[in-house]
Order: sequence, then C-alpha cells, then structure tokens
Amino acid sequence: MISLTVNGQARQVDAEPEKPLLWVLREDLNVVGPKFGCGVAACGACTVHVDGAAVRSCSLPLSEAVGKSVVTIEGLGQDGQLHAVQRAWIENQVPQCGYCQPGFIMAAAALLAANARPSDGDIDAVLSNICRCGTYSAIRRAVHRAAAILGGAP
Amino acid sequence: MKFPRRTAIIGGFLGAGLLGVGFWFARERDRLGHRRLFHLKPDEIGLNGWVKIARDNSVTVAVPRAEMGQGIQTALAMLVAEEMDARWDQVRVEEPPEHVVYRNVDILVDGLPFSPEEVGTVVEVAQWMAGKLGGVLGVNATGGSTSTRDGWLPMRVAGAVARDLLLRAASRKASVPVSDLTVVDGEVRKLDGTKVATFGDLVDQIEDLAVRPPPPLKKPSTFKLIGKPLPRLDVPAKVAGKATFGIDVRLPGMLYAAVRNAPTFGGEALEFTLKQGKLPKGIEKVLVVPGGIAAIGTSWWKANRFLDEGVEVKWQAGLEPRLDSASLWKRYEGLIADGKPALTRMLGSESKPGQVQILTATYRAPYLAHATMEPMNCTARVGPNGVEVWMPNQSPTLMRLIAARTADVPQESAAVHTTFLGGGFGRRAEVDLVRQAVTCALALRDTPVQVLWSREEDIRHDFYRPMALARWRADIYSSAGMPKLAGVSKRQVGQSPTDQFPARVLGLPPQGQPEGNAVENPPYAFPFYRLEAIVADGSVPVGFWRSVGHSHSAFFDESFVDELAAALKKDPFEFRRELLADKPRHLKVLETVAKEAGWGSPLPAGSGRGIALRASFGSIVAQIAEVAVPDGKTLQVKRVTCAIDCGPVVNPAIVRAQMESGIVYGLSAALYGEITLADGAVEQGNFTDYDAVRLADAPAMSVHLVDGGSSFVGGVGEPGTPPIAPAVANAIFAATGKRLRDLPLRLV
Repeated sequence: MISLTVNGQARQVDAEPEKPLLWVLREDLNVVGPKFGCGVAACGACTVHVDGAAVRSCSLPLSEAVGKSVVTIEGLGQDGQLHAVQRAWIENQVPQCGYCQPGFIMAAAALLAANARPSDGDIDAVLSNICRCGTYSAIRRAVHRAAAILGGAP
Repeated sequence: MKFPRRTAIIGGFLGAGLLGVGFWFARERDRLGHRRLFHLKPDEIGLNGWVKIARDNSVTVAVPRAEMGQGIQTALAMLVAEEMDARWDQVRVEEPPEHVVYRNVDILVDGLPFSPEEVGTVVEVAQWMAGKLGGVLGVNATGGSTSTRDGWLPMRVAGAVARDLLLRAASRKASVPVSDLTVVDGEVRKLDGTKVATFGDLVDQIEDLAVRPPPPLKKPSTFKLIGKPLPRLDVPAKVAGKATFGIDVRLPGMLYAAVRNAPTFGGEALEFTLKQGKLPKGIEKVLVVPGGIAAIGTSWWKANRFLDEGVEVKWQAGLEPRLDSASLWKRYEGLIADGKPALTRMLGSESKPGQVQILTATYRAPYLAHATMEPMNCTARVGPNGVEVWMPNQSPTLMRLIAARTADVPQESAAVHTTFLGGGFGRRAEVDLVRQAVTCALALRDTPVQVLWSREEDIRHDFYRPMALARWRADIYSSAGMPKLAGVSKRQVGQSPTDQFPARVLGLPPQGQPEGNAVENPPYAFPFYRLEAIVADGSVPVGFWRSVGHSHSAFFDESFVDELAAALKKDPFEFRRELLADKPRHLKVLETVAKEAGWGSPLPAGSGRGIALRASFGSIVAQIAEVAVPDGKTLQVKRVTCAIDCGPVVNPAIVRAQMESGIVYGLSAALYGEITLADGAVEQGNFTDYDAVRLADAPAMSVHLVDGGSSFVGGVGEPGTPPIAPAVANAIFAATGKRLRDLPLRLV
C-alpha cells in the first residue's frame, strides 16, 4: 500500500510504484479530471499539483508521489467555491472541446501562485500545454483576469 | 430562404420523385417528432421531440449533434429557446434517442462528391445516392459544418410549437384568452406584463392539448437570443473538471483494453504468443481484434505495457508494406503528368492569343493526422439484450450500425451513447474503434470494456488528410505593353476520402470520384478556368480532416492567385477585388479583412502581409496573416485578421471562437504538420514529432463578422481553417520574396 493525499484526503493505493500518477488517479482513485493526452509529458493535459508545483502526471511514477499532497482540477476550488482561475476561465468562455482545460487551469493556477502578475512572456514560457481547439488567446486573457481577481479585483 | 444551387438541384430531383426516400423528413413539420420521443423523467413533460419542460422550470432541448468544442449544444439550444421565448438560464440540453427526426439532412445533401456546375454529374450523383446510400439514407452525424444549418428551421419550429402549447395551457389554467397572453423571459404573461404562469407551473396542463401546426416563425429583427454572445452551456462542467469524455466513462465491473494496430495499413494480427506462456495478474485476456491485437485488464496502463513487453505478434502485412513518401510523391508526379482525370471541368471561354507567357507552379500538401487531444476510445458492453456503446463519436447512426453488425444483433438491439468529444475534426466519424471495442466486449460478455489507444496508435493509425499535388498553369499575353490573363488551369492529384469512406464503413464499391470540397472552384472570374482532378488509389487510409479538401486546395489555389498577381504586377488584394467584382458577398469579406488589417500600411523590414480567401461550407472567409522573418530563417506569425460572412449568426462569440480555432488548427498544419511514410508505416508518433502550435507561437487574432445580407445559414466549424496556410505563405513571399510551395512551410 502506498499513501498519498489527494484533494485533501488521505488515500491508500495498491499499485505498482512505477505506475504513473495519472493512471493511479484515473484507475485506482476514480479521479478523472486529469486527462491522458500523450503519455510523454509533451501536451500537459494531465497536469496536477504535487506539493503545490504543476506536474505532468503521466510521467511521474507513483513512487515519487508517496506521502505528497496531490491536487487535481476537482480539488482546486475551496469551500465549494471555484478557484479564481476557474472563474476567469468561465468569464472568458475559454473551453471549446474542453479536454485540455483541466491541465491548462492547473498550470495557470501554479503559475499565478508563484508569480502574481505574469507578463505575456511569463505565460508563454510556463503554459506550454497543447490545445488543439486553439483557445490560446482566450487562455491568455483569462490568466490576466485571474491575476486581477487574485489581486482583489471584483 | 435562398439555397445554393446544388441544394436546389438535389431538392428538385427529390421533388421530382427520382428519390422519394428521405425527402419527407426534410420538411420541418415532419421533423417535429412526438411528445414522448425524448426521454421523460417523472417531473417532465415533452412538448415535441425537441423540447421538454420540468416542474423545476427548466427547459431541456434535445441536441442530437456531437459537442466537440464547436459550441453546438449552445447554438442549437438557442434556436429552440428563441422561438419559445425561454430564459437562457433555464435552458439545458440532453442527447435524444436514435430517431429519424434527429438525423442530419444537410450533411447528406452537402456532402455528396459531385460538381455543382455539371448537369451530367448531378444525374450521376443522384443515381449514386439512390443506389448506394438508399439503405442508410439519413444519418445522425456531425460534420461538414452542417449542424446549425440543419437545425435552423426544424428546431425553431419546435420552439414555436412549444410556445403555442404553453400559451394555450396557461390560457386554460388562468381562464384568460390566448390572444391576451404572451411569453416573455420564460414566463407566460398577460399583455400588460402581469405574470400568469412559469413554464414549470404548466407541466400538468399540457398532456391533453393537441399540437397545432407551427405558428409563423419570428422575424430576425425580433430575435432576443439569436445573435447574442450568450454563455456556452458546456463551459461550467468543463472548467470544473466534471465534463464526461469518452475516456471518463466508468461502468460497474468495467475493464480496460489497450491496442496495437498492424504496423502497415490494411494489415491484421494473424496470431500471437505470450512470452511468459500465461497472462500476468491484472491482464484478463489478449485477443485479435479488427486491425490489430488487444490486451484487456484491470488497468489500461498495465495492458498497454503488456502489449509491448509480454506479447509476440505475427502480423499479416498490409497492401503496400514497402511504401515510402518519396516513392509516393514520384507516383503522384507521374499522375500529374499523364494521369487520366476523373473529373474535368471548364468555365469561361478559352482564347488562344498568339504569344503567351506560361506561368506554372507545383504545390504539395502532405498527409496529416487529426491528433485530437482525447486519444481514440470506445467503451462497449455485450449482454443478453444486445450491445451498448459509449463513445465520443461524430455519427451515432454509423456506430450503431457497425456495433450491431460486429455483435451480430439487429440494430434495434444496439444503443449508442455519445459523450463529450475531446476534439473530433472528422476523425470521430470513423468506425474502427467501435469494431475493436465490440469485439473485445464479445469476448467478455456482460463485462464493459473500454478500449483506449495510446497517442502513438492515434498518430500512426489515423485516416489522414490526403497527401495532394497540384500543378497550376496560367497563360499570360501582352496587350498594349501590359500583361493580361488569358486563362488558368489546374491538375490536381490526391486520394478521395468520400471514395474510401463508404467502402470501408459499408463495403460499397469506390466510385472513383474526387472529394467534392477538394475540387470546388475558386470564386474568381478568370477569363477561362480548367480543372482536371485525378483520383489516386492507394492503401493509405484517408478521411475527413477539418475542412476536408478545402484545406489543401485553398493552399494551392490562393498561393497561385498570389503568384498570378505578382506576374501581372498587381497588388494581391486589388487583383482579387477585380476578379470578385460580380460577387458582392465575397468582395465585402475581402474588403473588410483588408481594412481591418491595415492592408498596404507600412511594416518593418523583414515583415509582410499575405491575404487569402476561401468560401467553404456555405460561408466566406478571408484572412490576412502578418509575419516576421527577422533573420531570413525564423518565421513568426505575428497576427491574423479574419473576416467571415456565414449568413445569419446564431452566437457571435462562438463564431469568433471557431474562427480562432480554425486558424490555430490550420496554422499547426501549415507550420509543423507532416505525416511521412517509411516501410509502409507512419514515421511520426507523438506530439514530440507531430507538434502543434502552442501559446507562445499563437498569433494575435481579430475576427470580424460581415453581414452580406444572406439568409442562408453557413457553417463555422471548418471554414476558418482553409485560408490560413496560403495567407501565411503569401505573407512569407511579401516579407522575403521567397515562394514556398510545399506544406509544411519551411524557410530552410
């Protein structure tokens, strides 16, 4: 049994230590918000937070998440409220097919936790996920808006 | 209501009785459905096949089309809500059951592979349609940018009929004459504004009221919802991580299956051996499935790894096991030189001025994979009552047919549930996954099995945008010292997806005809135009890739128009204007994009603007790309300005989003997209070698909606894609003087 915390809850998993965190979440813990896109950390659809840092979970073995706190899109909001990034995503009507969006939202939330006022260049550098629907301009607007919300804007 | 000519022609044939089958349901009234058609829960009552109301005051609209990001749930619900005068925040959507009223009529009419200008071909196609498609005429399918066009009248009629029922129900309940009542914001009110009843109040008042013929539909000037950028219905779930895609389906006792497809196209797994002689813990079964081999177990990750490490497969080679891209290009060059055209078309009159200068240019477009973000998947269960399928798919009718055939049960015993699609782009019209999933489910009866492909399987076993080659020629003569155009001609070679698709899905013989979108004529008034389209055969599977043949033909055509402008010493925008003088809608789109992009205004050295226009799927789109090539080698697409006339606009925010989406999808292909073959197999396998535009490469975009006065509803899912590749190529020419004629666009 391997122990880790997922979205604030202590979980025990009976899985191979080399099993990627993505598949532990999706298959063993029924947490399906993080998505499978490429399996090689190239697209970012599987992005979750591990101890606060954005991680591409398709390429992180379970053994490296032991005892750590994992947060997925399902656990991003607190007290039943959406996270500022999620609110900004709705305001800017970002998603199209929506499949890559949990990964983008998690990556954006981690970016804003580290950098409260990111420039366009900062956003470009960190949000290297792929969206085949091409929602990029809406994502950029939404990240700036989320930064404003987190900074106290109404 | 104006229809384009080919729709009118088909309609005429149908009306004349040559093809009586299917015509009846094209009439809106016959697509209304009945009040018990849509699934009803205890607190709900159906008003017709498209809408139901509930005691909690919600209005639920039947949306039979696949939501793959194009916003169709929102757009179609708006059509019903508009005529019902529902309030937007009370509207929900639900997938209805399989029924003919929900089938997409426009996709059949619009998707036929024929040449609108030729009467002879129309006859042939009518026969083709009658003979070959008769058995499955009418499909529930999402494609060809047809959904809003198809729903535009029947779903508004459904809303109007529902409103009429609600008014009569309220009239009886409140003893107020119908003529004194109206519906505003989801409530029945008296004309003085006093509230009479919410929709929810009327649930028990409807049952015995007869549906009456539809009242007149609203005039566009009185629309309250249509034309507004209303928020999408699917966004909250997608932002919360609660939207269920195919890969998220979870059923009691479900197992997961991974697949390895035969390395070469058309190959099969003959037999396999387990390297350890037995199955490890967690793997329940390994079996041959159509096109490959599957391992089924309690973990997809484990099953996928087991296929690599634990199974030895003997493969039957496909039809062309040694095929490579270089030899295929040679084959196509041979066909361009002397291949027999399947289609020859001429417009205008050919003149033979004495002295001509001949301008020729040859363009190439590679195979392309769709690379939807959600890899291919399908979940199936075979039980005593038949087969059930959960799948992100673009054609439930076809999936049901193939599920039933694979499980050997009548179609009535097959059900398909369509989840959200993590991208479709045409890939999810194909039936390969349903065949594999039902085959797995048959092997483990009563156990649901979810088949999922790795990204590598997805890239290597796609139905590709056809590789294509085009040779344009222009004859230019001199008149009073000025170069003048005598005429243009194009020979184009490529496989035909509309030829392959019915063959592989339904077993119909190929017709040898080019895919219709690939051979649509440019809109320009050339003095003379000749097209010769040669259909290449070949074993590489080709399919419907967002905008289908427009995607490569627009590159060929709009690049050459730019080359012509240069040869005639004209500005590319002014040259197109001249040739569009008799096409006011095209002209307005072209002039709008030029104005908005500041065409002609100065740019820094090493930068340039390129323009391109393409009409597709009933809409006209023009784009101007601005590129910078600072060092002669590195290409940056700085901004893209886009103008579209799609006829009536249902939701302008969605139209804009679809234009941006089409631009980015087309730009990924223009800059990076290339599938190559070696030893009969695809060389690429993941985003590491089949990359896509990311945020850092994405241009600034602005989209301008043009009202050209048309009442014909054009599509928006695909028309944004075709112009971007030629716009960028033309901009590179403007910036560097270098003409790139091969996709993807590479400066070095």
